[in-house]
Amino acid sequence: MNAVLVQIINVVVILLFVVFGAALLTWVERRLLGIWQDRYGPNRVGPFGSLQIVADMIKLLMKQDWVPPFADRLVFIVAPAIAMFVVVAAFAVIPMAPGVGVIDLNIGLLFFLAMTSLGVYAVMFGAYASDNKYALLGGLRAAAQMVSYEVFMGLSLMGVVMLAGSFNLREVVLAQADGWYIVPQFVGFLIFFMAGIAESHRTPFDLPEAEHELTAGFHTEYSGMKFAMFFLGEYVSVLMTAAMITVLFLGGWLGPAWLPPLAWFLLKTAALVLSMILIRGALPRPRYDQLMAFGWKLMLPLALINLLATGALTLM
Amino acid sequence: MLKKLLHVGYLIWDYIYSNLLTLWTVASHTFSKADTVEYPDQMPYLAPRFRGRIVLTRDPSGEERCVACNLCASACPTDCIALQKTEDETGRWSAEYFRINFSRCVFCGLCEEACPTYAIQLTQDFELAEYQRQNLVYEKHHLLIDGPGKHPDYSFYELSGKAVSGRAKGAGKHEAPPVDVKSLLP
Repeated sequence: MNAVLVQIINVVVILLFVVFGAALLTWVERRLLGIWQDRYGPNRVGPFGSLQIVADMIKLLMKQDWVPPFADRLVFIVAPAIAMFVVVAAFAVIPMAPGVGVIDLNIGLLFFLAMTSLGVYAVMFGAYASDNKYALLGGLRAAAQMVSYEVFMGLSLMGVVMLAGSFNLREVVLAQADGWYIVPQFVGFLIFFMAGIAESHRTPFDLPEAEHELTAGFHTEYSGMKFAMFFLGEYVSVLMTAAMITVLFLGGWLGPAWLPPLAWFLLKTAALVLSMILIRGALPRPRYDQLMAFGWKLMLPLALINLLATGALTLM
Repeated sequence: MLKKLLHVGYLIWDYIYSNLLTLWTVASHTFSKADTVEYPDQMPYLAPRFRGRIVLTRDPSGEERCVACNLCASACPTDCIALQKTEDETGRWSAEYFRINFSRCVFCGLCEEACPTYAIQLTQDFELAEYQRQNLVYEKHHLLIDGPGKHPDYSFYELSGKAVSGRAKGAGKHEAPPVDVKSLLP
């Protein structure tokens, strides 16, 4: 009975943490981008503007829940739900600290990869159901980009799996007790970092929603809470990418004992989120063909070489 | 072959270096001050010749400077000034009504440049927001201020050479007595 209760608390707290963390992240990102662009960002609502998310939420909830008459109604409504669901579901396998985590899956890593692969459906459904040329172009780009970045995202993680000898994320963390995998798997770390940004389609890999060319890309026709779901899904996937990198390469909750394990996990995740925001603030978006060439001609061979080298070294 | 490989290596390094430099430059802005002027809390700097709300000024003796010559209205590119001349018993001209529609005004300052008596002047005030458009139409009593504005000592009738009551022709400042055109004396 007690174990069940603990598990329920775990689930609820992690779900709330993820959703509210992602909502807070929208404010954090706007403040940080403001600082890096020599302005303030939202600083009016509440202390340092931190209640901006409340204002945004109220605004988005008040909006008319509109479906364009030319859209495919069912798919149009389902798409943002998928976007939100897959990233939150992927969070279930992430071990945050000993005893903190929703589920201890023995194929956790595969589950994570499967969920991020499903994420492309949200974008494609949303784009296709919108019946809008910008959305369609965004959806096309999203499909091509996410499918091709998926390939070496998985490959870049296989090095970690080889070293740890397990798909269980908790065991991957424990295997890093005598050295984080960022050192032997630095190439894998870089590739996964870039693929993670591409999977959450954020700048510089935000071609599916490139504002300057495609209005808003795949979510052009979305407004109100349905738009908010896509938006929140993006931020949850930022958190998720950061958390995954922490677990796989930065030793998860492991760290000197003067901080509790959960604090180490959160600290590492926050640092990675910060660096992802910095990348968004600094780097320009490549052209579409450059993006594909970068993926297939540089990242994929690199991932394969990394895989080969790791395999050879593990066997020796 | 080796040369080509070296070149490709250099190109890759160049890309990486350029991106890292960009990241570093942006990150270094963490410590630079924001350029934002938080306007309602903090007044922005206004240039000395800033052109804001239009006023009608008075001369040092407290009389209205405006002589209702209509030059401002004809200079106005948006036709936002409307006025009607009237004349009092002393022979002074003034405006019977003087109306500026600030919802049309573009604050170009041409009226101020056209004014021969320094009556119409633009001020530093730009906070003209109203909830109703009609409230942006300012009548003469809204426009008139008590002081002389930018030219404190200037008084048109003292210098104009026009006879008004209490002062004959030639009695003003820097004025010679009128010439008797019928006299043959040198």
